[in-house]
Amino acid sequence: MKIVIIDYGAGNIQSIKFAIKRLGFEAVLSHDVAEIQNADKVIFPGVGEASSAMAKLKASGLDKIIPQLKQPVLGICLGMQLMCRSSEEGNTEGLNIFDLDVVKFPKTVKVPQIGWNQITNLKSDLFKGIPDKSYIYLVHSFYAPLDPETIASSDYGLSYSAALQKDNFYGVQFHPEKSSEVGSEILKNFLTVI
Amino acid sequence: MLTKRIIPCLDIKDGRTVKGVNFVNLRDAGDPVELAAIYAKEGADELVFLDISATEEKRKTLAELVYHVAETINIPFTVGGGISSVEDVDILLKNGADKVSINSSAVKRPELINELVAKFGSQCIVVAIDAKQIDGNWKVHLVGGKVPTEIDLFEWAKEVEERGAGEILFTSMDHDGTKNGFANEALAALSELVNIPVIASGGAGAVSHFTDTFTAGKADAALAASIFHFKEIEIQDLKNELKGEGIPVRI
Repeated sequence: MKIVIIDYGAGNIQSIKFAIKRLGFEAVLSHDVAEIQNADKVIFPGVGEASSAMAKLKASGLDKIIPQLKQPVLGICLGMQLMCRSSEEGNTEGLNIFDLDVVKFPKTVKVPQIGWNQITNLKSDLFKGIPDKSYIYLVHSFYAPLDPETIASSDYGLSYSAALQKDNFYGVQFHPEKSSEVGSEILKNFLTVI
Repeated sequence: MLTKRIIPCLDIKDGRTVKGVNFVNLRDAGDPVELAAIYAKEGADELVFLDISATEEKRKTLAELVYHVAETINIPFTVGGGISSVEDVDILLKNGADKVSINSSAVKRPELINELVAKFGSQCIVVAIDAKQIDGNWKVHLVGGKVPTEIDLFEWAKEVEERGAGEILFTSMDHDGTKNGFANEALAALSELVNIPVIASGGAGAVSHFTDTFTAGKADAALAASIFHFKEIEIQDLKNELKGEGIPVRI
């Protein structure tokens, strides 16, 4: 199985690579269009600020390539947010895969949300074998609201999408690579079940 | 529901853990990677590595250590100690650190916080503040709490937040090492003042101290070193007791 982590200069991808290696698979980092298109599984990571990450995607032309991919794609954290229609962060236009606008958490909660929260209402094989209310690790200031595309939700002052799915596109707001055994299982599901 | 975090802290020098560690099942008590893996398995929510090496050469050892920790553990970790530039942070994050913590360098040049936030995002920039009460006022201290400044803790915390830091790690030098509990009054005031998470540090000696700091101290996370290293409190026991007190924790 050929696993490609999209390398566009946004964020800590070493941890994802290591997490995949712990599952017994090898992932390559790449920004090469052909290599990404020919992969069996594609991981779209991202941390940092939305508009600058989107600018990097556009500069490499990957903004046109990603929405056309046919194999399973998993967006993580900012990667998931960039797969949405837009983000309030830096008034960023997203890849428009998920029909959702990402907005900032209200001031009634501490922002960013940092730490372990629970996921519930789990749908999709991405969560096969994962018990309801399992703990996952998140770090984020912006969130995707609930939507028919939501496949896991979580609560932080309000209910929001912890994971999204549309066709072959999956997105998780949390960091599976940092979410202990639960996170490993979710990554494993993406690699072996989906 | 977002849970309260329990964070063991490991002091590192030249790539090795410094304080004696009382783990009988460790093959090598000085190996931070092995210790980190044990803490991750025992239910730690996060780890902090505090590097106290002095020289540039030893810093390379730190970057290598970060790489091996990231390779091994599946929970987040923060690296701090002597970080003073964008380049320092870049190397540590590229090697797999999730967050970095800066302290004296931010006090000396507060713009560093803005520069780091602009390049790497708020989510990975922790500002550590060491403070001590002088004549009833909390004053920021530098160099591991040795050098006093005229800077007020609360004014500095507010500035740190405004400059974009994602989190504050507050250590009370008055409480550190006493095992008499955290500085809950100051912590609660800090937590009310800023709208970013606050990590309590200094003074952990008993389970009740954690309960207190999460309730009276309004802390979002609590950090401790020796009580975990010497197994005075097992993380799993601590979490079970906190849960019994109605405090949300990841079990």
